[in-house]
Formats: sequence, structure tokens, C-alpha cells
Amino acid sequence: MQQEAVSYQSKNAFIQGVKDCIPTLLGYLSIGFAFGVVGTVTGLSLLEVALVAIFIYAGAAQFILCALLVTNTPALSIVFTVFVVNLRHFLMSLSIAPYVTRYSTLRNIGFGTLLTDETFGVAVTEAMKSKKIYGRWLDGLNVTAYVSWIIACVAGGYFGHWITDVEKWGLDFALVAMFIALLVLQLSETNKSKLNMYLKLIIIMFITVYILLNFFSTHITVLIATLFVATLGVWMDK
Amino acid sequence: MTINSYLFWIIIGSGLVTWLPRIIPFLFVKNIQLPKVILKWLTFVPVCILSALVFTNLFEQGDSRAVTFNLPYVFAFIPTVLIAVWTKSLFLTVALGVVSMAVIRFIF
Repeated sequence: MQQEAVSYQSKNAFIQGVKDCIPTLLGYLSIGFAFGVVGTVTGLSLLEVALVAIFIYAGAAQFILCALLVTNTPALSIVFTVFVVNLRHFLMSLSIAPYVTRYSTLRNIGFGTLLTDETFGVAVTEAMKSKKIYGRWLDGLNVTAYVSWIIACVAGGYFGHWITDVEKWGLDFALVAMFIALLVLQLSETNKSKLNMYLKLIIIMFITVYILLNFFSTHITVLIATLFVATLGVWMDK
Repeated sequence: MTINSYLFWIIIGSGLVTWLPRIIPFLFVKNIQLPKVILKWLTFVPVCILSALVFTNLFEQGDSRAVTFNLPYVFAFIPTVLIAVWTKSLFLTVALGVVSMAVIRFIF
């Protein structure tokens, strides 16, 4: 992501978006593959694995879907759980959207449709660095991530019978490592005067997460903790 | 290639409730000028959400939600942060983070 500044002329921007997606692919491919394996074990057909990847396109939610299917959870409860698990995307979209208001409604729908934790992380880092997000660049990033995810899920479903132990190879940590990297990149783009405050907020976040986890699921915790600590940030930054 | 129609509707329903929160802010922000304080609030969201995602992974919820550290993740967290700060590279951090995790799992 830290390559030389690029002059974003349409086609180049798209290609640059594709390139900026590459570092996240290890995360996508391993988690997607793992999902394919889990899905197959759950009893999903290859087509069903593909449909889940195409229509839901969200790591955690897809795994939870499988877990709930195994326990014969009623359909409405499954859909509601997926809704809650993915609600954090609302906040992510909300923070990306102001950068792309100059594009058409249809394109904005496109940007939102393909937003994930990872593309959000990359896009927001780019926004912080260049104070701008180019539509073609975002498309390049999004489409690469989406296609890779579908391929990885289907491949996992196809080869899943042979490889089962993703954890042993540490691949389950890929996603966390990526969030860590994106967080550090965010902070390294922050100017010195604000860095101190951000570090304080992160410590507060750690404590908040710990407390909330005693009462809520991880997904609700992410939501409430973000709402709370971001509000605290506004208040501290007077 | 088969598809169970009950499952099909679950997938469609889940897809819909995932899609709406993703696109609504894009439609909304495009048509309404957000107040300054909200825009300022949004500048804090990325760091907050990313750190929340990291920290929730460092804990484990046991039965009756007793919260403990997920020790392998905590051990892998430390070198991964150092690698990220040092290299500032997404790719190297992910790759070496995974390697650290594999090593930790091998030792324990």
C-alpha cells in the first residue's frame, strides 16, 4: 500500500485498486477456503457454498450461518443473527461514504454492496493518506476482493475433504493480523498531536471491550464499544 | 449441484440484511449534508472499529460468558504489532503474523 503516489487516471486507478487489494488476499483466501471446508462439513453443496459467498460475502456471518444450520435454528433467528453480526458494516459504510458522494447513486450502491471489513480498512487508510478516494480505485479493490472470496470459498468446498486443519497453520490468525496492520497504518498516518489521544482511546477501547464481553456477544460488543469510544473521542478532542 | 429451497431463502434473507446496512449510508450521505459533529465523530470510527475487532479476538467467552484471554492470540498479537510498526506493510504483517501463530501452535 505504501508505493509511490500514483496519478489516478481512470484505468490506472482501477489497476492500482487491484494492486492495493493484493496484501489482503492471504486473509481472504485462507478464511474463504476455511469457510468452504466448514460449509461442506455442515452439509452444504458446492452450489450452496457459492451462493452464500455471492449473496452474503461476509466472513464471520458465513461461519455463524453454518453453526446455526447445524443446530437447526429457525430461519428467522438465523437471518436476524446475520443481521446483527454484520451491522458493523453500517458504521464502516458511513465513514467511507462522505469520500465518494460525487459519484452517481448507482455507483454508490456498488461501493456499498462490496464493502467488507478488509476493503473498508484499505479504503479508509487510503482516504487518510490522500484525503480522497477514487471510484475506479475503489472498484478495483472491491471487485478483486469479491472475486477472490468467491473463488476461495468454492475451492474450500471442493478440496475441503482433504485439508481440514486451517488452525494448525496459523491461518485463522490472518484476519486478526490484517486488522492489526490496518490499525497501525491508520495510526502512522495520524499527525503527532493527535496520536497521543488516539493511543488513549485505544487503551479505553481495550477496557471497554473487556467489560462489554462480560455481557454481550463479540459482535454486539464491537458495535457498542465503537459507538461509545468514538463519541468519547469527539468529546476529548475539543 | 443441489440446492435446498429452505436454505436458499435463508441465504437470500441473510444476504438482504447484510446488504442493506452496507448500502444505506452511501445513499443517505449522498443526499443529506451531515452535520459537522457527525463528520468529526466519523473520523474516530475507523480506529475504534479496527481496535475493537482486534481486542475482541484477544478474549474468549467461556460458558456463562466468563471472559478470559485467548492466550495463543495474545502471544501472536505482540510480535504482529511489532512487525506492523516496523514494516508498515500489510502483506508482511499478515504473512509474519500467520507464521508467528503457526509457531505458537507448534510450541503449545
